[in-house]
Amino acid sequence: MKATLALADGRIFRGEAFGAEGKAAGEVVFNTSMQGYQEILTDPSYDGQIVAMTYPEIGNTGINHEDMESRGPYMRGFVVKEYWDTPSNWRSDESLGAYMKRTGVVGIHSIDTRALVRHIRELGAQQTVLATGEVDEGELVKEAATAASLEGIDLASGVSTDAGYKWVTGLWRLGAGHNKTESRGPLVAALDFGIKYNILRNLADLGCRVVVLPATTSPEEVMKLDPDGLFLSNGPGDPDAVKSAISTVAELHGELPTFGICLGHQILALALGGKTYKMKFGHHGGNQPVLDLDTGAIEITSQNHGFAVDAGSLPSGVRVTRINLNDQTVEGLGHQTLPVFSVQYHPEASPGPHDANPLFKRFFNLLKTRSAVDADGGLPERGDAIGGI
Amino acid sequence: MPKREDLKTIMIVGAGPIVIGQACEFDYSGTQACKALKEEGYRVVLINSNPATIMTDPGFADRTYVEPITLEMATAIIARERPDALLPTMGGQTALNLAIELAESGVLEKYGVELIGADLAAIKKAEDRDEFKAAMQKIGLTLPASGYVASMIEGRKVMDEIGLPLIIRPSRTLGGTGANIAKTPEEFEEYLEFALDCSPVTEALVEKSIEGWKEYELEVMRDRKDNVVIICSIENFDALGVHTGDSITVAPAQTLTDKEYQILRDASLAVIREIGVDTGGSNIQFAVNPKDGQLVIIEMNPRVSRSSALASKATGFPIAKFAAKLAIGLTLDEISNDITRETPASFEPTIDYVVTKIPRFTFEKFPQAEDKLTSQMRSVGEAMAIGRTFKESLQKALRSLEVGSAGFEPRPDLDEAQIDEQLRRANSERIWVVGEALRRGYSIERIYELSFLDPWFVGNIKQIIDMESDLSAVDGLAALSVEQLRRAKQYGFADKRLSDLLACSETEVREARLRRGVTPVYKMVDTCGAEFEAFTPYLYSTYEEEDEAPPTDRKKIIILGGGPNRIGQGIEFDYCCVHAAFALKEAGYETIMVNCNPETVSTDYDTSDRLYFEPLTLEDVLAIVRRENPQGVIVQFGGQTPLKLAKALEAEGVPIIGTSPDSIDRAEDRERFNEVIAKLGLKQPPCGIARTVEQAEEVVARLGLPVLVRPSYVLGGRAMEIVREHEHLRRYMANAIKSSPDHPILIDKFLEHAVEVDVDAIADTERVVIGGIMEHIEMAGVHSGDSACSLPPMTLDEATQEEIRRQTGAMAGELKVLGLMNVQFAVADGEIFVLEVNPRASRTVPFVSKATGVSLAKLAARVMAGETLAELGFTEEVRPAYVSVKEAVFPFIKFPGVDTLLGPEMKSTGEVMGIGRRFGVAFAKAERAAGTILRSSGAVLVSVREEDREELMKVCKGLAGVGMSLVGTRGTAEFLSGCGLECQTVNKVREGSPHTNDAMASGRIAMVVNTCGTPEAVQDSFSLRRTALELNIPYFTTMAAAAAAVEGIALVDDANSKARALQDFHSGDF
Repeated sequence: MKATLALADGRIFRGEAFGAEGKAAGEVVFNTSMQGYQEILTDPSYDGQIVAMTYPEIGNTGINHEDMESRGPYMRGFVVKEYWDTPSNWRSDESLGAYMKRTGVVGIHSIDTRALVRHIRELGAQQTVLATGEVDEGELVKEAATAASLEGIDLASGVSTDAGYKWVTGLWRLGAGHNKTESRGPLVAALDFGIKYNILRNLADLGCRVVVLPATTSPEEVMKLDPDGLFLSNGPGDPDAVKSAISTVAELHGELPTFGICLGHQILALALGGKTYKMKFGHHGGNQPVLDLDTGAIEITSQNHGFAVDAGSLPSGVRVTRINLNDQTVEGLGHQTLPVFSVQYHPEASPGPHDANPLFKRFFNLLKTRSAVDADGGLPERGDAIGGI
Repeated sequence: MPKREDLKTIMIVGAGPIVIGQACEFDYSGTQACKALKEEGYRVVLINSNPATIMTDPGFADRTYVEPITLEMATAIIARERPDALLPTMGGQTALNLAIELAESGVLEKYGVELIGADLAAIKKAEDRDEFKAAMQKIGLTLPASGYVASMIEGRKVMDEIGLPLIIRPSRTLGGTGANIAKTPEEFEEYLEFALDCSPVTEALVEKSIEGWKEYELEVMRDRKDNVVIICSIENFDALGVHTGDSITVAPAQTLTDKEYQILRDASLAVIREIGVDTGGSNIQFAVNPKDGQLVIIEMNPRVSRSSALASKATGFPIAKFAAKLAIGLTLDEISNDITRETPASFEPTIDYVVTKIPRFTFEKFPQAEDKLTSQMRSVGEAMAIGRTFKESLQKALRSLEVGSAGFEPRPDLDEAQIDEQLRRANSERIWVVGEALRRGYSIERIYELSFLDPWFVGNIKQIIDMESDLSAVDGLAALSVEQLRRAKQYGFADKRLSDLLACSETEVREARLRRGVTPVYKMVDTCGAEFEAFTPYLYSTYEEEDEAPPTDRKKIIILGGGPNRIGQGIEFDYCCVHAAFALKEAGYETIMVNCNPETVSTDYDTSDRLYFEPLTLEDVLAIVRRENPQGVIVQFGGQTPLKLAKALEAEGVPIIGTSPDSIDRAEDRERFNEVIAKLGLKQPPCGIARTVEQAEEVVARLGLPVLVRPSYVLGGRAMEIVREHEHLRRYMANAIKSSPDHPILIDKFLEHAVEVDVDAIADTERVVIGGIMEHIEMAGVHSGDSACSLPPMTLDEATQEEIRRQTGAMAGELKVLGLMNVQFAVADGEIFVLEVNPRASRTVPFVSKATGVSLAKLAARVMAGETLAELGFTEEVRPAYVSVKEAVFPFIKFPGVDTLLGPEMKSTGEVMGIGRRFGVAFAKAERAAGTILRSSGAVLVSVREEDREELMKVCKGLAGVGMSLVGTRGTAEFLSGCGLECQTVNKVREGSPHTNDAMASGRIAMVVNTCGTPEAVQDSFSLRRTALELNIPYFTTMAAAAAAVEGIALVDDANSKARALQDFHSGDF
């Protein structure tokens, strides 16, 4: 079946369909990771977006039940050069296309993805429509051109969990998969703006009791749990639109050791009085060099963001701790006096390199176990292959 | 951190001659290192015995020692140059081994030389299996169960403990020499014995074989702030069991999820840190069980390697250059990415294409060797191809190999049993057999079970084969739709292969394609998947929408490279191409390189202005020429590969510059060449041409035996033989007609006892200037590439040389040579015969350039572009007052059962050079550099044919003169005794023990001189030569070489210890 990708500026790519049939609209972005399409597919931060992979051979290892980053795919559409339907990997459960079909993600393959990437690089990320079957290309372009941009839209609240739950499984290990964690350690309240499971697995693996809360949870409800630390998760879209979370974080500021990742980092910056802006096409990939300004060490990081914190907007007391070596954008924030820090990139990787993983340990070390063992009072348990999937 | 200011002079160790397992990738790395260090302001001292390298061009280092890479010589150089540091990670295993010796012998400490890049502890930790194993266990990685053994008894014990199958690897050999997999106790004994013999320390690692596991390699870099990045991951197409150098490999890894890939990445970081490679690149190899992902580490190279070169070309990230900069203290974030300019080198390249490397083998040269791939490397070169999909990249790689394949040609000759067998046992043809099996309906699962080839790879080949059958079903080219044609091109199908499938000509396919607008676009290799703008036009073709590198409107010249290395066409031709690029850039041209060999300097993105990493076929070259529209295309520098395209390119209206394709044809075509010789009144050996056995008999009746027979248009003496008997002639002709019915066989009278002479010259429209006259040390009959030679000639008188110059000039004029020309003469009884003329760059150009200080290739490129020799200031032959000797290096040790006798078919893989005030010194240096250790004491074993006895007398007198004793087989010993020379008699092998081989094994034989006439004698003495080879006893199979050795032995002490740089020789200060 044919498939068509129509960009708001009128550029059309014609290819073949895979995955679900139908039509989807979203902002088209590209990701430069050579591995990990399954994690990308199931990363809630891609809500509202159509993702093009720069690496051309996609589908080789199929889909397995262990490498999920959330309950299912969030991206609106998937764009690849060459789609492979008969996976070769001992962990594969089904093909990528079958999974996308099952979960309603439209895909296009056999287009010049490099031309698309260069187009996005020159003209910026933009609204795009991906449709399968016979289409009126002019109509698609019109639809794309009139689709709302991501700016000003609160996508995070939409992908957040409806109700709180406890996360109880650890990191994936070869041969063992995900183990259930039995922890009596510090209690971390994680605000879910579209949280990736691997963040939860990392925290659980370190011995944290992790309680995941909806994005709209009030400061009082958070404090009612008597947590030892606050975690602000990654998530999709414009941070400035997640108003309730920004005010919650502002209110909680100073109360708890706090760690933010990606959207969580941006929300923290906004809550402290800083500003964010939309980037031309963002950073999406697993090879971004980040310089730690304190130690001079370089981390190769996994990134996925289209907005960034404006370094000049930060209030006193907050400082930039890390920058991106490619374009000098802000990659990390710290507080002069409080145990509060955040990074723009993904220390949980998944996909991507593990260089930044010690940040979880750093957060863990800030936590003191004060809360009672039953402080999370009867929330349901979730985890890998336990009830979450 | 800024670069180190405490270092001023840095010594770089090259890899020496090209051998199997260590090829021109180390010229690429060494050249990059020299350039990088000079750029940073350091004084660079280089040692490398290989004259064919770019790195040994005097401009690349401040002091260039073309000297044997030995402890003694390196010590002499260190004493002379007093380097502050030594960089041992650029010259392969050779350089690492030298570094270990220099460190352990205390030389480095004595002269205060610091090892940079990797220190002694790190090198030993990576190289010593026990230390390595302990280190890996410490960081939680496992190796296959193994034990180190030094004897058969120990070996049997380990076999009992671990169980078969076992892999046996001798310690400290290059390219896995001597490694084998034993599946039965008998095989185990045989292979272990061989391995212990091969190992210089008589040790072998006996290890559990995990054949069938998936094999991966990661290229890692680390700086002194402990930043570590992965440059590239590589997945082997062939499962474990085939040496990675012999394996088809693909970048990046294809069949791992991110979770699994990150395990390898984490392990790689841990390994480079634990081993302690402070700065630079390393290569780490892993095996993964395809059933459950279980991981073992295979090995780690604490240096840049063949895979580093491949990874550099595959990603655009110049590993060697950056490794050199890291070694002097810069950190990754302080080095900028040349390609994107804006971003730093502290990142991990991401690629948006698939890279396939296929090794090139040379089993046809060694018919006695079995075509079987194991953990010992046997390939001599490789081709790499880039495509947007694996299918495209694989098919481009197949045609890049230049083995007569344009894709997956059918193999109707194989029956099912043979297919099964070939799938089961890795061999050089297996990739085509996979295609054939699929064609015959084998399932992917069945192929996997037989071969362990990952279903993803086989599945892709199946798609290609399926498309072939769709295409065959189309009713000819006209009925093929544009969509089908485009889809086929996207699958990587060559026009040639399409023409087979559509039953038409390649030209028809090309024309139909152009008519229908199905043409390639070109994309950039940019390290970043197009995330950032790229400034270096490093290009590959594909069939997609967007062409991102439109040609410029500058005046430009395209240089066609030499493709994959093979015996007969290797680094020498890359050397010439690189010089052409440099010279034409200087002359103001935009230079455009086309090549597909990842090991080379020519495929560095900064060698030329634009690099097309493309197959060197008519289709691919024409596509580039059409878009670039150059002022000229140079075909005479890349060896036979581009030359073969010359006529077809010219017919398509491509401007070939330099000597015209018609002149090339006049020199290559025997009948036309005879006319040239006759017209000029020159002599050539009486000759004839035959297309049938009968014609051959007629020619021989006229010429008389012996004769030299060969097919026309060959390089490296392929299928060239000396025929002394009628039966041999009939057999040869019958085979030749069968394998190549289109090409006639050339038959020349063979001149016994002639001296061969090679001449390189350069001509413009006004004059011819001799580059150098080289006298071969071996007699005529030994291929010029295999013969040692001397510049200036050691025996030719001035009158003969003058006549050779005259004849060279006359032929250059008649053939209207514009650029380089090589002539081979034979001088017999004072008469000069022209053997052949090659109006192109020859294998000896780099040697002559090093010997005379004149860069012939550069001059020739500019002459071809229209300048005159007078304008360029080269009007007179340079005749050095010192002697340069070139010696060939052979791969015999890699091919058990192969005879070491030299003949008209070229067998050497590389060359070395010795330079000295006198011939003896130069010869002894060359021999030492080639690994032949001449000694001035001990016994010389002599066994020669009757005709050689006169010569032998002189040789033996010389040997007695330096105090060596003689041992001879019966006939030879009796002759010598009869002449009054003391010579002990020893049995031939068939006469029973104690025989010649026992004498050698006892260690008292310092050298062997062995010549034989009849085929029976050849067979008789086979084990003698083989034993000498395996015991590394110098052996000479011609009297001329033996005589040269005597001169060398007399001066061997000088040769071993006196170091002189090329710069000294060229400036007359030696």
